[in-house]
Amino acid sequence: MSKQVQQLDRVVIRFAGDSGDGMQLTGDRFTSETAQLGNDISTLPNFPAEIRAPAGTLPGVSSFQVHFADYDILTPGDAPNVLVAMNPAALKANLADLPRGADIIVNTDEFTRRNLAKVGYQVSPLDDGSLDGYVLHPVALTSMTVGALAEHDVSKKDAERAKNMFALGLLSWMYSRPYESTIRFLERKFAARPELVAANTAAFKAGWNFGETTEDFGVRYEVKPAKMDPGTYRNITGNAALSLGLVAAGVRSGLPVFLGAYPITPASDILHELSKHKRFGVTTMQAEDEIAAIGAALGASYGGALGVTTTSGPGVALKGETISLAVALELPLVIVDVQRAGPSTGMPTKTEQADLNMALFGRHGEAPVAVVAPRSPSDCFFAALEAARIALTHRTPVILLSDNYVANGSEPWLLPDVDSLPDLRVEFATAPNGEDGKTFLPYLRDPATLARPWAIPGTPGLEHRIGGLEKADKTGDISYDPANHDFMVRTRAARIEAIKVPDVEVEDPDSDARVLVLGWGSTYGPIGAACRGLRQRGLPVAQAHLRHLSPLPANLGEVLGRYEKVVIPEMNLGQLAQVIRARYLVDAIGYNQVRGLPFTATELETMLEEVVKNA
Amino acid sequence: MPEPVALKLTTKDFKSDQEVRWCPGCGDYAILAAVQSFMPELQIPRERIVFVSGIGCSSRFPYYMNTYGMHSIHGRAPAIATGLSVSRPDLSVWVVTGDGDALSIGGNHLIHALRRNVNLKILLFNNRIYGLTKGQYSPTSEVGKITKSTPVGSADAPFNPLSLALGAEATFVARTIDSDRKHLQSVLRAAAEHQGSAFVEIYQNCNIFNDGAFDELKEPATRDDYLIRLEHGQPITFGSEGQFCVVHPPGGFGLEVRETASVAADEIVVHDATVTEPAYAFALSRLPGFALRNTPIGIFRNVDRPSYDGVVQGQLDAARAKSTGTPEEQLAGLLSSGDTWTIL
Repeated sequence: MSKQVQQLDRVVIRFAGDSGDGMQLTGDRFTSETAQLGNDISTLPNFPAEIRAPAGTLPGVSSFQVHFADYDILTPGDAPNVLVAMNPAALKANLADLPRGADIIVNTDEFTRRNLAKVGYQVSPLDDGSLDGYVLHPVALTSMTVGALAEHDVSKKDAERAKNMFALGLLSWMYSRPYESTIRFLERKFAARPELVAANTAAFKAGWNFGETTEDFGVRYEVKPAKMDPGTYRNITGNAALSLGLVAAGVRSGLPVFLGAYPITPASDILHELSKHKRFGVTTMQAEDEIAAIGAALGASYGGALGVTTTSGPGVALKGETISLAVALELPLVIVDVQRAGPSTGMPTKTEQADLNMALFGRHGEAPVAVVAPRSPSDCFFAALEAARIALTHRTPVILLSDNYVANGSEPWLLPDVDSLPDLRVEFATAPNGEDGKTFLPYLRDPATLARPWAIPGTPGLEHRIGGLEKADKTGDISYDPANHDFMVRTRAARIEAIKVPDVEVEDPDSDARVLVLGWGSTYGPIGAACRGLRQRGLPVAQAHLRHLSPLPANLGEVLGRYEKVVIPEMNLGQLAQVIRARYLVDAIGYNQVRGLPFTATELETMLEEVVKNA
Repeated sequence: MPEPVALKLTTKDFKSDQEVRWCPGCGDYAILAAVQSFMPELQIPRERIVFVSGIGCSSRFPYYMNTYGMHSIHGRAPAIATGLSVSRPDLSVWVVTGDGDALSIGGNHLIHALRRNVNLKILLFNNRIYGLTKGQYSPTSEVGKITKSTPVGSADAPFNPLSLALGAEATFVARTIDSDRKHLQSVLRAAAEHQGSAFVEIYQNCNIFNDGAFDELKEPATRDDYLIRLEHGQPITFGSEGQFCVVHPPGGFGLEVRETASVAADEIVVHDATVTEPAYAFALSRLPGFALRNTPIGIFRNVDRPSYDGVVQGQLDAARAKSTGTPEEQLAGLLSSGDTWTIL
């Protein structure tokens, strides 16, 4: 039976279920199939902090959203066109995000009286007409999967667990996805248990065939490949890209990379990833605490490695004293903060941008550091290289401000040519630098960068002592001299200001905008999508996005001065806005949300429309 | 740890140009002099030696050594030294710390360095007081200690640093005294030879805030009756006349001191620092309680266990041995691993 095929330009699908239902894996596989087809993609997982919350409850719902299109897209999508709900909790938790007319595929086997009661449904929403505004597809996913696997040599539990593959098969059919990579994936994943390869493959095919045969799904969809730059792509999450960026920084600098880390959500995946790359000379140490993690990284930097520590906000708070030490020692150090919602433990699996103040100012004394923020998952690779470049060239701690949204989101990444990556080689000091030709002055500076020599232990003739006590200019000896301290404090500030960072670019296609939207970090996607939406409706708006928060780009003041109004959307209560107002005396308008979720393009577009119309 | 080479270094080579600024009469001077005059024995070039310290009087130590050195922050020296040692196996890394630095604010780093068996030589100067902050009680001060912060006496029980180190799986544990240079250097010698963490507690006199804390162990009139000098392979007897000895009473968990005349010669414990079971060294560490009577000095424990540094380097070497191509080629391969697709 051949079915009608309808062309779409973009689709947003959300897979939602219990945290044990395998929704992250299902979304991941669907994404991979979609990437193979050549659509542009953006994804966003959303999972509970609990590893296994009680089954069937609202706190236990885990979801994965994938947005794919035949053109380049910037966000995982505001509202799903399709919701796959594996149980009543998944339906209840996600329904509010669905526009009327969206498709809902539910696993009817889980809509039992008991499961309905767990989430407060008196009557099944499948029966009471409350879903009339949607296109409901009731499918007995579990029982059909178990039925399809009747002849297979697997337990009932394993058969039931394969229901996510049935769902994936059905969705893959609906959207005409190529499934070879999923079959290969199953073969790899269950290599040790061939019976599970067979069962999961059969479940996937049963789902596919169900779509093809059932009357319920009358239409099949196609989304044509997007026009993307030629080259080889892979789909990548921010945490994976950041890890690879650090490996690349090691290769391009010729230095061993030393990661000191303590497990913390949502940064642990970087530790996991880097622990696999020992052949590149990457050492990973799971330290006893956050302080030891940065201490070990700083010790490694002192010894001539690229020292890195990865954490989230609570960890940065603990590392503050050691960051200050690194400021005083003037050694390279990369501190990765994958931000999450705070304060305190906050919402560990939810996103926020509220650590900017801490990155810029969160230390005792005048302790300036460089701060860099990636704008998208794949940009984490380049941001990591940039953080390493600044740290190595300028012998300074650099804070890399990622966040949960870019860290766990994914998008296609055009693989760079390794030779095109920046050359990060550094020269260690090898000979005395004093005028007498014998003395070594550890705080004698390079006039261009104001960086001091990096003289690592093992270098004969350069034995010297450094420490957290204030140091005399040039000699590095302990000094309590008032004028010297004033000079050193100003020099440390000047060192950061001396870092050369690229000018901020402004996207203003028709050069007629009177409103500038300024952002930083992970808000790039939703801000960009909102600006596009406005321009398509003939409302001019300019977008500028900061990668460097310290030092700020040299042209920023001039850019801000060009526009009548400057709007700064942030997932905090106005931290960048405060900096901009203080530094440039610009009456910036903040737009602030701290819901633990990224901005939607729609809300930004609505907000900006008001500003643009009144400008 | 670097291999020794024939070098003509002297004590003077290890003195830096910095003026030593401890209080006159401080026990730290004696320790500094002992370490500086011991260093040439190591036959390790100065540039391969690093002293890392935390905060406190003792932590000024690196400034006075003409080696590489870092005066870091309070309590964190073991962590910083761990990163250095693991990434630079060619260095000889020494940690200088005090009772407040190592056992209070930095307690966590100390125990984890010891359990990992990082290749660090940790010298803990124990004066049972906070000196740099001018006289508060420390985690090794006796209960009831009257200080500026405890005017009616401290309420908390102290740590026994050696018991703590042994509980943290330390492979080398020793104690010595600031004023006994010969003994101090013999302990440093053994510590330097040890592969893995070597933990050395040095009783050190703070003549300003806790003067005389260890006098009974130093005064000729009392020291022989107070000190138990541990020597590997020798029966443990002490006292001016050898009148005391250490026995392991049947049915008991620990060791006890007896009059030598009252026990048979074969009941006297023969010291063996290589006993795998830490309970023996632990029992030795408990002999004095907090009071100074029956204080063993010397090497309590010296056993072999793979060092963290060695295991980590082994993993790196094994991974490198399996890989081929230039780093750039390997990186290109890594970037394009997993599911990729090509757009023409």
